[in-house]
Amino acid sequence: MTAKTETRTRRLPFERIPVRRIILVALSLAIIYGVVAGSAATLQTGTFSGADWRTLVVNGLARGSVYALIAIGYTLVYGVLFMINFAHGEVFMSGTYTSFFVATALAESGYLNEHPLISIGILFVVSMVVSTVVAIILERLAYRPLRGAPRLVPLITAIGASLFLQYTFRGLYGANVRAYPEIAAIQGTWEIFGFDFLKKQVIVIVAAMIFWLILYLVVAKTKTGRAMRAVGEDREVAALMGIDVDRTIVATFAIGGALAGAAGILFVFVFNQVIFIMGFLPGLKAFTAAVLGGIGSISGAALGGLVLGVLEAIGPNLFLTGANVPSPNQLQPVVAFGILVLVLIFLPGGFLGSDEEERA
Amino acid sequence: MRKYSKLVLMVAVFAILAAACGGAGAAEPQQCTDDPYGCVVVEKDQPIKVGTLLVISGPNASLGLDSQHGVELAADYLDGAFDGTYGEIKGHPVELVFGDDGCSAEGGQAGAQQMASNPDIVGVIGTSCSSAALGVADTILSEKGIALISPSNTGPALTDPAQHQPFYLRTAHNDKLQGAAVAHFAYNELGARTAATIHDGSPYADGLQAVFAETFEQMGGTITDREAIQVGETDFTSVLTAIGASSPDVLYFPIFAAEGGLIAQQAKQVDGLKDTILIGSDGMLSDDFLNAAGSAADGMYLSGPDLSAFSGNMDFYRGDFLTAYKEQFGGEPAAAFHAHSYDAANMLFSAIDKVAIDEGGTLYIPRTALKDALFDTKGMLGITGELNCNATGDCQSTATIGVYQVTNGAIPDTPVYSEKASLEG
Repeated sequence: MTAKTETRTRRLPFERIPVRRIILVALSLAIIYGVVAGSAATLQTGTFSGADWRTLVVNGLARGSVYALIAIGYTLVYGVLFMINFAHGEVFMSGTYTSFFVATALAESGYLNEHPLISIGILFVVSMVVSTVVAIILERLAYRPLRGAPRLVPLITAIGASLFLQYTFRGLYGANVRAYPEIAAIQGTWEIFGFDFLKKQVIVIVAAMIFWLILYLVVAKTKTGRAMRAVGEDREVAALMGIDVDRTIVATFAIGGALAGAAGILFVFVFNQVIFIMGFLPGLKAFTAAVLGGIGSISGAALGGLVLGVLEAIGPNLFLTGANVPSPNQLQPVVAFGILVLVLIFLPGGFLGSDEEERA
Repeated sequence: MRKYSKLVLMVAVFAILAAACGGAGAAEPQQCTDDPYGCVVVEKDQPIKVGTLLVISGPNASLGLDSQHGVELAADYLDGAFDGTYGEIKGHPVELVFGDDGCSAEGGQAGAQQMASNPDIVGVIGTSCSSAALGVADTILSEKGIALISPSNTGPALTDPAQHQPFYLRTAHNDKLQGAAVAHFAYNELGARTAATIHDGSPYADGLQAVFAETFEQMGGTITDREAIQVGETDFTSVLTAIGASSPDVLYFPIFAAEGGLIAQQAKQVDGLKDTILIGSDGMLSDDFLNAAGSAADGMYLSGPDLSAFSGNMDFYRGDFLTAYKEQFGGEPAAAFHAHSYDAANMLFSAIDKVAIDEGGTLYIPRTALKDALFDTKGMLGITGELNCNATGDCQSTATIGVYQVTNGAIPDTPVYSEKASLEG
């Protein structure tokens, strides 16, 4: 008894001083100071022109749009199943890499440049279908048998599935890096508001917005969308209400896969390159974007993707150049993830997520 | 009762062990007992096992597979013909044991330990990446007395007298030669006075850009930026915009195919780099890079071993060798390293042939003698040129570095610039 009271009295003064809070605030103040001071110093040196900054921002928006579309896949699955599907990056890779062969065939026959619109349509369909099929197979074989298992089990399975898919596709398509055929119609620039923008970047940003809007309508208005939200709310009650839970979960994976396939085509518009590990890093970034925006929230995934993309693009140059940091762009992930920490300190649920822990 | 049965068991085990040791030890020649690392014993009709430790997984797999194919072809040609079956050394067939260096220190450690734990491995051809060898594979294998010959490590540190491991050799050229040659080319031939560099954090790229930058500055040039990128990233516009702010005459990025291809593409979109000349090195001197870069590679320069400088062996290379390569592996070689690994394997085979002791069909290969024979390699004509190993394991102590200009989506056979350099000079 006495021992217990003693510990209690001893701990009391520490509880009054919120040590953890102070450290967090100090850390965030340091980050904010670094960002502001670094940016001011960079802008004073005038190393970069206005055009440079504009290029970087548009660039960040373009890569952020791709992150956003992949991030939706993470967020949907999390919203319904409360699991992180770490193999989602490979779902993205599978469709994109497969469409590469179609694109090459189209390019060799000359069809790609004669009918660019139809060709791009075909590429989207191929990539989305393959990614969807891979996502559905993944759910059926790797996740469904573990539906009732503790949460960590499907997480580890997802990592295993990710490696399995990577090396399966390495076996199927080879270890080489390949250049995606260039589509002449989307090269060059457009003049918008008196400024030149790369066509492909504009297309990527606009297309991503359209896909996001379609998805938003599907989830908000259709029966499947309502079923998805109901299963996410409470699986058992949803089943009692006559919702086919298995089918709804398959639909969730399918939609996430289709968007990943679409993101893949937008990705190769900008980067023109496919390799069997191409899904890993974008997958990781998209997961980060989903957390940044508030995992479980579809608008959050989009916002998180764009913010992360822009931060990566301008961050190192803006914050670090003025501080005379050597090779600032090597620290791109440091900048991006430093900001992530800052955001999560003040908004633990992300931009648009609920503050309730681990709830969609 | 229990105690006794244990004792009986122990005695039995010792008896078996003693018999086994005695059996092998009795016939062991003097050279083996004198050798601190002992002998590799190849029993009658058993194969001689040679390991490879090359990057055969991950994004640089094509680089390692290309080298592995070179070793396979060397084993194939032991019988004087590319017939798809491995030849023999002193009546024993050669068997290859394939390992993976993962192109990283961790991968090099795992792979080297696997090789070191196999007492039948005579020597190892590897590693692909300097990061897998430096302080990792070179140290682990040297401790066991297993010779490690790299066909593609070019990092200067590996053969630096302060860091060189006793059983490490390489048939790839030292980047001290290559980095300097590129700097001479950029300053003298291209007339460049300002340059920027990008590396990817690997000892290969970092070492190469450091030698380049040092030489370029010594000649009177200015280095405007020394940037670095992350392997696996795809968007390098930020780096390139930062470099473009000072519009250097030359941008040197001696990295690998995937990131190199993207940089070549994205450099075209950055205003500040419109007139900048792009230069890469042998990590990108491959069809893989050309595929990754697409049309963006046209006009840029790539340095690497100048194969055309050794016309004597070129007929064999372009004729029999390349034909066999295409037949057996279905496609053009991806990089220049298959040639280095073919030479490395032959160096090892001829050293084994020189030192192996045949005792009634059983072959004894003393490890130290094998190493000494390898370091004694002088004037051996390989595909990549004459191999002369020096005391720290550089077997290309004189090398001819060529700079090639990508034309119409291909790397021409003859370089636009060629420089013969010697490590001693």
